Amino acid sequence: MSAIYLIGLAVLVAVGFLFGLARAAATARSGPLHSRPPYHGVFVALGVLVPMAALYVIGVPVGQRLAESQALAAFDLGVIDDLKRSAILRDVQAVLAGRFAGDPGEALRRAAETYASVRWIANGTLLAVGFAFGLLGLVLSLRSVSAPFRARTHVERFINIVLFASATVAVLTTLGIVMSVLFETLRFFERVSPVDFLFGLQWSPQTAIRADQVGSSGAFGIVPLVTGTLLITAIALLVAGPIGLFAAIYMAEYATPRFRAFVKPILEILAGIPTVVLGFFAALTVAPSIRGWGQALGLDVASESALAAGVVMGMMIIPFISSLSDDVINAVPQSLRDGSYAMGATRSETIKKVILPAAFAGIVSAFMLAISRAVGETMIVVMAAGLAANLTFNPLEAVTTFTVQIKTILVGDQEFESAKTLSAFALGFVLFFFTLTLNVIALQVVKRYREQYD
Amino acid sequence: MDVMVHPIKTPGPASAAAAAAAPDSAKIIARSVNVYYGDKHALKDVSVDIPERAVTAFIGPSGCGKSTFLRCINRMNDTIPIARVTGEIRIDDLDIYDSSLDVVQLRARVGMVFQKPNPFPKSVYENVAYGPRIHGHARSKAELEEIVETSLKKAGLWEEVKDRLSDSGTGLSGGQQQRLCIARAIAVSPEVILMDEPCSALDPIATARIEELIDELRANYTIIIVTHSMQQAARVSQRTAFFHLGVLVEEGPTETIFTNPSDKRTLDYITGRFG
Repeated sequence: MSAIYLIGLAVLVAVGFLFGLARAAATARSGPLHSRPPYHGVFVALGVLVPMAALYVIGVPVGQRLAESQALAAFDLGVIDDLKRSAILRDVQAVLAGRFAGDPGEALRRAAETYASVRWIANGTLLAVGFAFGLLGLVLSLRSVSAPFRARTHVERFINIVLFASATVAVLTTLGIVMSVLFETLRFFERVSPVDFLFGLQWSPQTAIRADQVGSSGAFGIVPLVTGTLLITAIALLVAGPIGLFAAIYMAEYATPRFRAFVKPILEILAGIPTVVLGFFAALTVAPSIRGWGQALGLDVASESALAAGVVMGMMIIPFISSLSDDVINAVPQSLRDGSYAMGATRSETIKKVILPAAFAGIVSAFMLAISRAVGETMIVVMAAGLAANLTFNPLEAVTTFTVQIKTILVGDQEFESAKTLSAFALGFVLFFFTLTLNVIALQVVKRYREQYD
Repeated sequence: MDVMVHPIKTPGPASAAAAAAAPDSAKIIARSVNVYYGDKHALKDVSVDIPERAVTAFIGPSGCGKSTFLRCINRMNDTIPIARVTGEIRIDDLDIYDSSLDVVQLRARVGMVFQKPNPFPKSVYENVAYGPRIHGHARSKAELEEIVETSLKKAGLWEEVKDRLSDSGTGLSGGQQQRLCIARAIAVSPEVILMDEPCSALDPIATARIEELIDELRANYTIIIVTHSMQQAARVSQRTAFFHLGVLVEEGPTETIFTNPSDKRTLDYITGRFG
């Protein structure tokens, strides 16, 4: 049905365009038009497209709902819950597709027949009404084609509406995600007090299944997660900050164009390595060697250490810092370098005293972006940092992060209503709030220190 | 190396005329200077004497090599990887292309002002203090403040900025920015100041102010100015050199060049037949 409808729609749109074009061209022979013929063509095509597409978007789900409710009515079950309802509908679909294992039974067969016939009627109606609307739109918009008709203005307005709608979708998606996380978070706070959550020193989300169970009381204090996340992020920044920035300075100020053309793509490859690959590199290569060195030095290193995860995460964010910093350093005008060199400054003096201050805002935002990435990164820490929610600043111990806990809580069969599951949303919300704060700070810094070059 | 060790000549028509007439007190001596940008032969066999404490103007059509030659004098061409310079340039008795020469010290003696004002994105004070700081000229904060104030006064900017020394240099007007760049150059007490079309981005009033300043500065500094404006060359310089297609066509007292040039190309250029 959909295929017929959509093909018919395409044909009618094309016909509308050609008719509009032809009619406008014919009108043009007897005098100048306000809008050029293609605009009239597009206008007529839109006159077909808009009503038909709108009807389709509304009509298909309405037809389906109708068929579903009729099919359920055929069962005569009275009030049923969502779960049961969707189970029945799945069975109905299976019967219709001939995939139902065994004998469906009389009731189910009747329901399937009802469903099929209602769908058939709904689809037929939709096709008929849709094409009627399309033809009506075609005729009406074709009649408005005339010399003074401002087709161009209408087409421009339509484009404006489409663009506005796209922007709105992006904003609403963000808003929707935030809202859904927020509401689940509020439900979590009905079970666990926000004070315990934000300031509690112990994280062990396993709640008791039986009342007499031991050791699974459930503690939702996020302080160990905060310290774990911050510790790993700090290690990552200690690794990536100097290396990324110095690499950027070298690439922008010292490297020959040939070297630059060679190295920049390699750095971009590093940025393109999937984090899951970096994750097992951390877990299987870096962590054991850190443990080995630690033992050689007589240190007690956990096999999953914050250091290993942090170092590899640092590798992950090096390209962000270096690539963005490289861009902002290159954006510093040559005239400032010339001015500094002409004063007798050396290269490093020029970089330290003129270029880095001038590029400061951009470098800060590069770092902020890198921190956001590090805080939100999951795979590396899942594999290399471990699950133990230790409250420690010792990089040689295992720690855990927000993202690891969210992943752990939601993986596998989970009861949705439990405090444990809901805590994932609360963690997500805190994480979101944290990165949002970082972004706001970065924007402020950029605004405050940005130099305008013309 | 400081200009102050030389007896200060009183500025005025007498010394200017002397400098214009006889370049025997040559500050800069260039012999057979060639510049190549890759395969392009940008400057061909230029030999010229630049007199001390006078303004020498380089004129010529775009791409004639005048800026290229100017940039040889403080070795700014070193910053362009494909540029190659041959020949000899001496400032006093110093061969500036000698392999043992440190460009940092050279550039402390030869300041430069660019076409577009390029103050650093720092405060007015920090802009002027930049040079003295990197060369370690000031032993104390008070001394540095003294240098900044003197330089700004010499650049004729002090009265306008003395109450906003901590404001950003990029917030000044175009003419003020250019005078700030001149103050920045003066602050390291150079002997020579190179100016590469210093007024081309400025309005007529700011231009007049800079020209006045150049006239004042020539009492203490050897100035070379590249300009597209022949009127400007005539107004501010004592000697003029005309470049065409990478060749130094003619060099002499400004008045002679503009009234009685010996080469036909010079005549054609100053009468506006090309360029």
